Amino acid sequence: MKVIIPIKRVLDPYTQARVDKQTQMVDLTNAKMAMNPFCEIAVEEALKLKESGVASETIVISIGSDKTVDTLRTALAMGIDRAIFIKTESDLDLQPLHIGKILAEIVKREDASLVVMGKQAVDNDNNQTGQMLSGLLDYSLGTFISKFTLSDDAQSIEVSREIDSGIETRRLNLPAIVTVDLRLNEPRYASLPNIMKARSKPLETIELSSLDVDVSPRVKVISVVESGTKDRAAKQVSSAKELLDELTQMGVL
Amino acid sequence: MSALVLIELHGSEISANSRAAVTAAAQLSDSVDALVLTNDAANATAVASISGINTVKVITDSSLEHVSAGIASKLIAGVMSDYQYLVAGSATYSKNIIPVVGALLDVQPITDVCEVKSANTFVRPLYAGNIMATVESCDTTILLTVRPTAFEHSEDGGSATLEELSVSVPESNSTFVSLQESQSERPELTTAERIVSGGRGLGSQENFALIEQLADKLDAAVGASRAAVDAGFISNDYQVGQTGKVVAPKLYMAVGISGAIQHLAGMKDSQVIVVINNDADAPMARMADLVWNTDLFGAVQELIDNA
Repeated sequence: MKVIIPIKRVLDPYTQARVDKQTQMVDLTNAKMAMNPFCEIAVEEALKLKESGVASETIVISIGSDKTVDTLRTALAMGIDRAIFIKTESDLDLQPLHIGKILAEIVKREDASLVVMGKQAVDNDNNQTGQMLSGLLDYSLGTFISKFTLSDDAQSIEVSREIDSGIETRRLNLPAIVTVDLRLNEPRYASLPNIMKARSKPLETIELSSLDVDVSPRVKVISVVESGTKDRAAKQVSSAKELLDELTQMGVL
Repeated sequence: MSALVLIELHGSEISANSRAAVTAAAQLSDSVDALVLTNDAANATAVASISGINTVKVITDSSLEHVSAGIASKLIAGVMSDYQYLVAGSATYSKNIIPVVGALLDVQPITDVCEVKSANTFVRPLYAGNIMATVESCDTTILLTVRPTAFEHSEDGGSATLEELSVSVPESNSTFVSLQESQSERPELTTAERIVSGGRGLGSQENFALIEQLADKLDAAVGASRAAVDAGFISNDYQVGQTGKVVAPKLYMAVGISGAIQHLAGMKDSQVIVVINNDADAPMARMADLVWNTDLFGAVQELIDNA
């Protein structure tokens, strides 16, 4: 089966987000960018499906301005077969509903029976796109998965979902959308030969304007502020008794 | 201008996040109804006691105990014509369903609302809560999930009308197989008054048991950093942070946690933060009200003995 993996380029998760005082928006100029960590896990899972013969072809998609190609090349270097780049104006603020509609167009065009994607992007923290894609396509949905198995007849998949009350196992009919959680796998690094090879792998560019998708904003960002983490008093204690006494005095024990 | 709150039930027990959602909905509308999807109508009666609800609409079907997002969203979308708002408490239950409702209604939902500014303006976290954004919805129907730590939990004291809706439940394209429930006698993480949380510094699953012993002594919930979860010390549903649970207890005791941005995002609003670590330079210490720089194991054992 054909597997599609939508991925996102985000601010490196180990970098502190800063607000640009002039634009009053999060400052991404010259910031270190990376593939969203959950997308790396999705890429890894797709590669495993390819290696085990379940996936016939793996295709990554990303949407954004020109630099997005770097992220697609990273996925190709990890081992993905080909890439689709949906090119947008650099300042376009796309929201999960827009992304879902764009992805739905491509999933239909490619006739893919499985979409594997991250459960959330660590910039906007929406945790919506996979769910919305399943709603738009009326495909079955498995969110927050930590385990994935194909049924013997290859007509359905069984997934373990990490939910608040524990681990739920569901059987999903194909076609399906799954969103991956942290413990599904450990993403590989791209080797140098594979990085070289990735340069010649197919990468198709589609202008967003050529797709029939309304991208007018549904949610407008009015302002952003750095919430920061307030430094606290950090009073030193040196014994259990002292600590417990302090906590009792504070009224929290 | 009515608001509908999606209630999350476990059996007949109402999830605390749903009580926060009722409070948020009341800030948006004078007329708040609730929707319950359940396998047993009797489970919904407790919902009628939550203060601030006019009518509890109940859809009952044997398949709804472990409902799929696809079915839940179709049922919800079917009743939304009467409402301007759909509000749910942020949790895996709502995060699974609400965006699908958004797709069906052609609406962009807003995740993890921390503050209601006006009828269509909300504050929500970005970048693991390091950025707070004020956002305005342009949609005529507004879908929200709200942070349970940011809104008061509506207590019992109401007497809403119960209304059973007779709708046919469509066929699902996924089936429930099993639920492996986390067994715990301890307080639930997101609503606990006290949390003892362990990190990579504990070194092993066996050592992590000390955290559990201390939690029991303090009548606290157990939490963990992502590093501790990744290392296999404890399961993911105990994870506190950007991609785990967001907590704001009276007391948060962090043991052997270095304090990655992603972890701080999940606990920085705690009232009193205690850090026990053998690394005096770890970022976690700056967040602390009380710091004990010492050997972790000796300290935790001493606390267990003295508490």
